[in-house]
Amino acid sequence: MATVVEQNPLVEGLERLPVHPTTLVIFGATGDLAKRKLLPALYNLAHEGALPERFNLIGVSRSDMPDEDYRAIARESIEKYSRTKTDDKVLSALLEHVRYVSGTFDTLDPYDGLQRVADEFDEEAGIPFNRVYYLSTAPSFFPMIIDALGQRGLDEREDAEVRVVIEKPFGTTLEEALDLNRQVLHVFDERQVFRIDHYLGKETVQNVLAFRFANGMFEPLWNRNYIDHVQITASEDIGIGTRAGYYDESGALRDLVQNHMLQLLTLLCMEPPVDFSADEVRGEKVKVLHAIAPITPDTVSDIAVRAQYAGGVVGGEAAPGYLEEEGVPDDSNTETYAALRLHVDNWRWAGVPFYLRTGKRLARKVTEIAVTLKPVPHLAFGQDGSVGVKPNQLILTVQPNEGVSLSLGAKIPGTRMRIRPVNMEFLYGTAFLSQSPEAYERLIMDAMRGDATLFTRDDEVEGQWRICDPILEHWAETPGPLPTYRAGSQGPEEAERLLLPGTKWRAI
Amino acid sequence: MEGVWSAEDTTPGAIESALRGLLRERYTQEHHGIPARVLNLVVVVDRDWRGEIENRLARTGRYHPSRTIVCAVEERRTAIDAVVTLGADSDDEEDDVTPIRERVELKVGRQHLKHLATVVDPLVVTDLATVVWAPHGHAEAVDSLRALAQVVLLDSVEEPEPREAIARAGELAERAYVVDLAWLRSTPWRERITASFDPPMWRSELAAISSVTVRHHPSSVAAATLLLGWLSSRLGWQPGSVVGGGGALTGRARGRRGDVAMRLEPAGQDVPGLAGITAETSRGMSLSLDRGEGGLRAVRRRRDGSESAWTLLGASRGEAGILGEGIRQALLRDPTYRPAVRAAGQMLG
Repeated sequence: MATVVEQNPLVEGLERLPVHPTTLVIFGATGDLAKRKLLPALYNLAHEGALPERFNLIGVSRSDMPDEDYRAIARESIEKYSRTKTDDKVLSALLEHVRYVSGTFDTLDPYDGLQRVADEFDEEAGIPFNRVYYLSTAPSFFPMIIDALGQRGLDEREDAEVRVVIEKPFGTTLEEALDLNRQVLHVFDERQVFRIDHYLGKETVQNVLAFRFANGMFEPLWNRNYIDHVQITASEDIGIGTRAGYYDESGALRDLVQNHMLQLLTLLCMEPPVDFSADEVRGEKVKVLHAIAPITPDTVSDIAVRAQYAGGVVGGEAAPGYLEEEGVPDDSNTETYAALRLHVDNWRWAGVPFYLRTGKRLARKVTEIAVTLKPVPHLAFGQDGSVGVKPNQLILTVQPNEGVSLSLGAKIPGTRMRIRPVNMEFLYGTAFLSQSPEAYERLIMDAMRGDATLFTRDDEVEGQWRICDPILEHWAETPGPLPTYRAGSQGPEEAERLLLPGTKWRAI
Repeated sequence: MEGVWSAEDTTPGAIESALRGLLRERYTQEHHGIPARVLNLVVVVDRDWRGEIENRLARTGRYHPSRTIVCAVEERRTAIDAVVTLGADSDDEEDDVTPIRERVELKVGRQHLKHLATVVDPLVVTDLATVVWAPHGHAEAVDSLRALAQVVLLDSVEEPEPREAIARAGELAERAYVVDLAWLRSTPWRERITASFDPPMWRSELAAISSVTVRHHPSSVAAATLLLGWLSSRLGWQPGSVVGGGGALTGRARGRRGDVAMRLEPAGQDVPGLAGITAETSRGMSLSLDRGEGGLRAVRRRRDGSESAWTLLGASRGEAGILGEGIRQALLRDPTYRPAVRAAGQMLG
């Protein structure tokens, strides 16, 4: 572990804080994620001058190839997927410090190789680099890699930090997640572990925290006394594309609800943390997960709905049903739509229903949190000749147009006192000059810096699985066929039964 | 599509009314675009040289201010003419949210400058930060606008005499928040110097720095002095004056553990700005950073004489983005500029 030294007096006033020299090791270095996201993110950080002052990359993968070939792969991926136009001098300088180690993860070869190369980097520079292992492989390799890193003594260093970044999915059931946590924590300390949910790296998601805890005006309303219900929607207009293999194993609940949507729910419901340190924030989020009423097999059908998209029309064009998609088994019971009604049983939220829904091939792509306030207790105005007074709604839109809108009742111009809802709208894009960094850029830097605030902790992952696991188990035991919804529609009619009386789904 | 209004011999009230009218017109005609509400930028320029400034403003891209008010000064003009333009970048339409560019161009006379705030005040968007930029001098106008503007944008290297440039920046910095483009150009240098000394094994060397040489383009003395001023203020040195000799400026600062030799040295590079820096410590370590391929080339010499060299990666931002970055920085607060400019002022006397 690094020695505690005096603060660096040059740091003050800088937007970009220095990060200790680091060697990043990507397991699965020739995979799709590495090519499309990780390598371009590293280039963009280099372009911006944001990488640690000294940085090395070691790619580890099964294919046997020399360093030069891997550098060529990396160059091609970066040139293809980088969000900024590549500067050849920067790219070449970055690639000079890229090495490649081949081997299958269940043999000792790659670990011996990476130890040798990482040690060479240290010796050349004359300093101990921090090491970050990024597990971007198929999840089945996670335990194997973690175990091997431990066995080879690569899990800690005397004079530098060692961290491990684990990609999602973190297990596909509660049992798997518990097993994986046990195996990871057998080798690494929790403070060394960074479980990625790239959703948390999005500026828009972090803005939920800023909205709640930097504004005094909403806090007095943020409880069961004023809030009637909350709807969290993550809808997509596209189908599964070429991801049938992954998606049919996963389904909507595992793909989006277990991680991203429950994260949104925790950010929305958590108590203000004492500070924004990783453990304070994550501690508050975990409390929310613990407060969600346990789901039993008997209650699943009351609080959860699943469905599959059938053929329909999206954007004026015919779209196939899920079972007609290439690579999907004819008898697949995988849900492409999932909706839940959850209750957070604590002092602040008791009695407030939280509706979560996600689906593919819906009418529109949108991710939003809609908070509906209770209606006014007494209405002094007549409703004749107008749509009338509606409860106020506060909408936090995460994508595509990040912003906040508040619906208010306003008088319709004229001689009579007639009211209709109007929107007070704020769009983040109109108020900031900065461009949001890619989620992976932010998260890679945070992991290298050792800031785990935007990563999920062991108990958080387990809390998320405790909510979803009973639903998945019940669905697995319940034969199909599943209810369907027309592609391009608002979702299945069955979702209506989740709503408590007087509530409607917001139009997607 | 742009909405345009113009008038000769007009008043601030009429211009403000025209702005509101054009905005309302955009809403009723359902043009793509939403008013951006970030900051106002008031630019005071010589009428004859405004083209160059227009070009620089056009290159700010997405960092454009919400409302730009250009005051083009003509020597003998007595009446105020105005052109108001509202438009949205069609390129941005795929983003759905397209902030509207609101622009007011005023032709004013020198006689208006002393009370320019009374002309500009009705035209800025209330409650937004207001930035004033007078690239052609016009100190009188800047002084008039100081109560209205929270931020003064300047470029210390544009002033031919570095001593005056630093003195003016220092004077403004005492009364307003200053965004100095010369300072912003040094940001990558400051970040990388900080990073190079940040590893625990090197951090203690900061207190042992015994000499610093800053290499710079001959026209960039002010930028080099600001960098030295930054080091000086951050490390608690008391800088003395620098004097010319052998083509360089040299001087000493009193550090916490002894004197620090300071040297500002012109370098033969084509581009304006900083060229390199070398810091040596009394313990025998030295670190040099110089412009190189793909970033800054760093060379560290250790006490035992061994050397290691590496590149701190980063693309050159060029001049195109610097004004936009200046506008963005107007929304932030850097507490280290004012102490740096003070220290730089002490060096240049």
